[in-house]
Amino acid sequence: MSMAKKIRVLMAKPGLDGHDRGVKVIARALRDAGMEVIYTGLRQTPEDIVEAAIQEDVDAIGLSCLSGAHMTLFPEVVTLLKKRRAGDIVVAGGGIIPEEDIPKLKKAGIKAVFGPGTPLHDIVAFFEKAGSAKGA
Amino acid sequence: MPSRTAPSPVRGLVRDLLAGDKRAAAKLISLIEDDEPEAAEALALVYPHTGHAQYVGFTGAPGVGKSSLINQLVREFRTRGKKVGVVAVDPTSPYSGGAVLGDRIRMADTGIDPGVFIRSMATRGHAGGLALATFDAVRVLDAMGMDLVLVETVGAGQSEVEIAGRAHTTVVVEMPLTGDAVQTMKAGILEIGDLYVVNKSDLADPESLVANLRFQIEERDGWRPPILRTSALKETGIDELADAIVQHRALLGSDGRWQKREAVRARQEILENARRLLANRVRAGPTSAGFERLVQEVVRRTLDPQAAAIRLLAAGTPHRSPRARAKTRR
Repeated sequence: MSMAKKIRVLMAKPGLDGHDRGVKVIARALRDAGMEVIYTGLRQTPEDIVEAAIQEDVDAIGLSCLSGAHMTLFPEVVTLLKKRRAGDIVVAGGGIIPEEDIPKLKKAGIKAVFGPGTPLHDIVAFFEKAGSAKGA
Repeated sequence: MPSRTAPSPVRGLVRDLLAGDKRAAAKLISLIEDDEPEAAEALALVYPHTGHAQYVGFTGAPGVGKSSLINQLVREFRTRGKKVGVVAVDPTSPYSGGAVLGDRIRMADTGIDPGVFIRSMATRGHAGGLALATFDAVRVLDAMGMDLVLVETVGAGQSEVEIAGRAHTTVVVEMPLTGDAVQTMKAGILEIGDLYVVNKSDLADPESLVANLRFQIEERDGWRPPILRTSALKETGIDELADAIVQHRALLGSDGRWQKREAVRARQEILENARRLLANRVRAGPTSAGFERLVQEVVRRTLDPQAAAIRLLAAGTPHRSPRARAKTRR
């Protein structure tokens, strides 16, 4: 059998916004790139997301937020992962995120931030790299 | 097993698993699913700690509400003080090898409850409604101390019946308006239930489907499979379904039925593993050059596939490392 290690990614929407068109497009693109994408749906707390990421043993988490609460919610996920000794799980974020917030998010441990208009290819390449670096 | 000087990382994971650590459980499942070199050791260490949980399989067409029903059942069993594991299988793309695993969306109610563990799994090319590693994951959760492990098959068609040989209790989920009386007469999925559920019974009149099912379903082995009406949305019928699952376990506990089911599963699993190992040996073994010769003969019509298989197995394939093989070929 000897299956190649699959890259597993959790896509999640923390907080209260109900706009999931973007996250679905990305889930589909990652699927088409051969990854296993676990989509957990809307209105998740950071605790829910971290718990799911641990149970699903994912390589990376993609967070989508269009409500403006990203500065609280994204770093909270990173903090909780570390608390659970799962700091090796790569976290990326996307959504409506002002330019000036990006350096702060990166400092808080968000490895990449994808704003509107990011080519899908870049996002796929990021998760491929995140997954294969971890699997090696 | 002889103790080794270096402590194996798998041993550490299994120790943590037995102490209830979720990260260890998740890592062990991945290791087995990816067929890592340590997978066999992991399975061997986990297996002696299994045998406690009731394995309940859920099958039925896509969209009948299996995930939502499982979500409700997890909640119900939690209120009864039971620990519950879930393994939810979704299909892998035959084109990209990727998958979107979406069953968790409808299982979000239990969130961070420490007595619940949910794992999504892609079929990775395995037919029959399950992934190859599904029941290995189930066993990891069993060893972790779950009282029930609920298995959701891929939205199955009419012939994905593998679950029946693996689970202690098989629940077939249907919904109203899915066909006439002849649909319920067909062989396959409708024969395998220990319990039948007509879900979405709030949407349309479930009675004609219930009547059709009742007409077809027969008593088997001293158990007449009950037909239950549920609505996962309106949360009706869930406690009756949980009761029926408990009753079925009680029945299995009487006159050696549980052991009989275990033997059915063991038989299936030994054969499946033997098939897998044999296929690996045939594909990767020292006869692979011979295998290609046989392929060409079959293509040229100088040999039929069955005769080729007999010749392949008759040739004998002693297991050797790839390196040793490369040497002899040179």
